[in-house]
Amino acid sequence: MRFDQPTAPHARPIVSVPVIMRRVLFALVPAMLCHTWYFGPGLLVNVALTASAALLTEAVVLRLRGRPTRYALRDCSALVTAALLSFALPPFVPFWIPLIGGAIAITLAKQLYGGLGKNIFNPAMVGYVFLILSFPVEMTQWLPPRMGDLDYQPLSVGEHVSYVFTGRLPAGLDVDAVTRATPLDLVKEGLRADRPFAEIRGGSLFGDFGGRGWEWVANFIALGGLYLLYTGTIRWHIPTTFLLGILTPATVLYLIDPSAYATPGFHLFSGATMLGAFFIATEPVSAAGTDRGRLIYGAGIGLLVYALRTWGAYPDGVAFSVLLMNGTVPLINRYTRPRIYGQR
Amino acid sequence: MVDYVFERHLSGGILLPANKTTSTSLPIHRGFVPTKLVLAIHQHRGNAAEPVVAIGERVLKGQTVAAASGTPSAAVHAGTSGWVRAIEERPVLGGHGVRPSLTIVIESDGRNERLRDDDALTWPTDIAAQRDAIRAGGIVGLGGAVYPTADKLATPVPVKTLIINGAECEPYISCDDMLMRENAAEIVAGTLILADVLAAPRAIIAIERDKPQAMEAIEAAAQAADDARLKLAEVPTIYPAGGEKQLVELLTGEEVPSGRYPGEFGYVCQNVGTAYAVQRLRAQREPLVARVVTVTGGGVKKPQNVEVPIGTPIAELIALCGGYNEGVARLIAGGSMMGYALPDDETPITKATNCIIAALADEVRTDMHEWPCIRCGDCAMVCPSRLLPQDLLVAATTSDFAGLHTLGLQDCIECGCCDVICPSQILLTERFRIAKRSVAARTPIPVTSPGQD
Repeated sequence: MRFDQPTAPHARPIVSVPVIMRRVLFALVPAMLCHTWYFGPGLLVNVALTASAALLTEAVVLRLRGRPTRYALRDCSALVTAALLSFALPPFVPFWIPLIGGAIAITLAKQLYGGLGKNIFNPAMVGYVFLILSFPVEMTQWLPPRMGDLDYQPLSVGEHVSYVFTGRLPAGLDVDAVTRATPLDLVKEGLRADRPFAEIRGGSLFGDFGGRGWEWVANFIALGGLYLLYTGTIRWHIPTTFLLGILTPATVLYLIDPSAYATPGFHLFSGATMLGAFFIATEPVSAAGTDRGRLIYGAGIGLLVYALRTWGAYPDGVAFSVLLMNGTVPLINRYTRPRIYGQR
Repeated sequence: MVDYVFERHLSGGILLPANKTTSTSLPIHRGFVPTKLVLAIHQHRGNAAEPVVAIGERVLKGQTVAAASGTPSAAVHAGTSGWVRAIEERPVLGGHGVRPSLTIVIESDGRNERLRDDDALTWPTDIAAQRDAIRAGGIVGLGGAVYPTADKLATPVPVKTLIINGAECEPYISCDDMLMRENAAEIVAGTLILADVLAAPRAIIAIERDKPQAMEAIEAAAQAADDARLKLAEVPTIYPAGGEKQLVELLTGEEVPSGRYPGEFGYVCQNVGTAYAVQRLRAQREPLVARVVTVTGGGVKKPQNVEVPIGTPIAELIALCGGYNEGVARLIAGGSMMGYALPDDETPITKATNCIIAALADEVRTDMHEWPCIRCGDCAMVCPSRLLPQDLLVAATTSDFAGLHTLGLQDCIECGCCDVICPSQILLTERFRIAKRSVAARTPIPVTSPGQD
């Protein structure tokens, strides 16, 4: 009797890339449902559009590069990029915004560098930054949450989808009438105008910690993050120091001057904090590769997010912070190598 | 009351499905006499033994058929009575795979006749002479490294601690577990002999937490022995806690420097099977002619542990265990993490063979797609040497010799943890083995980047 003779180890691998990617997608589902509950069908439409664009671009560029597509298209990595980008987009944008975003994320940030595993920068954040720099007007069309008691009549699903694809709104409405500033916008402008923080957050868009509705989406994103930690899909280093990197300056400055700075809780549950901590900064390819390096990398992003929110030009800063820290990864990796067993 | 030693730190490691219970439901099968023995003269580290028998000669169980030659070396003995039918090259599994090597082939006469007492080995009372007796008794490290025990007992520095390794961390293997359950008193007695020879002030028997019955038996035997040098340690059930350097780290908190041996720092590790063999040599005056082998896997009908005469063809051992099941795909000598896949079952059991897995296709890794590395770093998390396998992979595929050295390729113990955890399912360990060979030969490294198809 003859047997096959591969080399050790013979034990089967316990996980695969598609399984990991599907876990990330699965972890986003509760937050997606929550987002849809508060902000309508916008996110789901965006996911469908970015995903189509991402997959189509991936297939086309792989062909152009003469690379096989069999496994590359089935690894679900493009879908993860698309889903994360969609969370970053306003839920009320014309159809070409998510299409361009998905295509740019895959070509510019991923395939041009060599495809899966080779990207230096986070693809979803490259797509987002491309869009916010190119289309600043469309990229600020945020909706208020559908809370019933706000002085606001939400669009129906049909009206929403009709705007996305045709640009037409029901008679008597224009984009300004439908969209609202985000809580982060309101805080930034309010503080700039020297209004005390307590007064700003008395507005109807604010909830217990962050914006109404927004803070619940953040909760569900954190829940998905805990699921990723529990399944070992991500590890604790980056989320922990990311959140500490925001919380530490936020707490110190808030204690120094509670009227001029937002509360630590507001920073934690607003904007892309939770998404950034658990889903964006933890993207393994563009993150630091060592345990100590990841602590530094996460802390750097957190601190930058706080600095950009407080003193920068844009209301949030997760995308820019992540991309900036992506650039420092080779340096961080170089200086944080663990001491090898038995070496000094 | 026997003292317990508390565990210290262990780097990396991975919790694997143990797959051990299938082979521990039956007691060790003893007294098996095969129809023939194929005894390699070189089944230990160091120099090959020299044949001292002629073709046609009748040999008895326990008789030396090849004598130790120089140092390090160990003698080889007949495991049953019979006639020497051939002294010729046959395929045998050694440190470099299955290779033709000189063997002494004995046809069993079925009588299993022992060497007469006058001719049997004697156990000297003089401690210095006991080391020579261990050497003449053919005893080698039975954990799989088969380093001649007598030579390992000659340490360059005074010994601080003798560590008896009963961790048995690798999946499927249960021979040490079963031996500890059934022969705890002999193992403890053998441990004390080794401690005497080494003049060791402390002897720790280390057992993984998933072997409560073995621990209970050893604890009872240690209490009965009532020796202040004896300590016990319960070590975490994690692979590769039983690696020599890993166990030293786990029990003492000390790291054995790169490229050096624990013995140079006062730590001597011996397998429980080795301690048992030493006691057997003293009490029964029987050299190392048999060892316990785990026969397991979904591909064998009656998985169990068997005390097998060294040199037994694997086919005879499989037949003893009821033969193969339908669909057996792979035959592994050793465990599922570091074992060697055998081409067929003609090769003999050697002193190194602790386990034979007859695996079905769905129990083992078969041809799998490799995705590109996504740099998740899980490989670094499980690496017991604290290496960065993802960086080593890049250095290997680009033949970056300086980088490989800085990243510690030489410190890779080839445990296979990174392969099992890798979500891209990259064959890292095999690439590192190839890279090590290329580094030694100073030739470009013929490995490709994963994810090219």
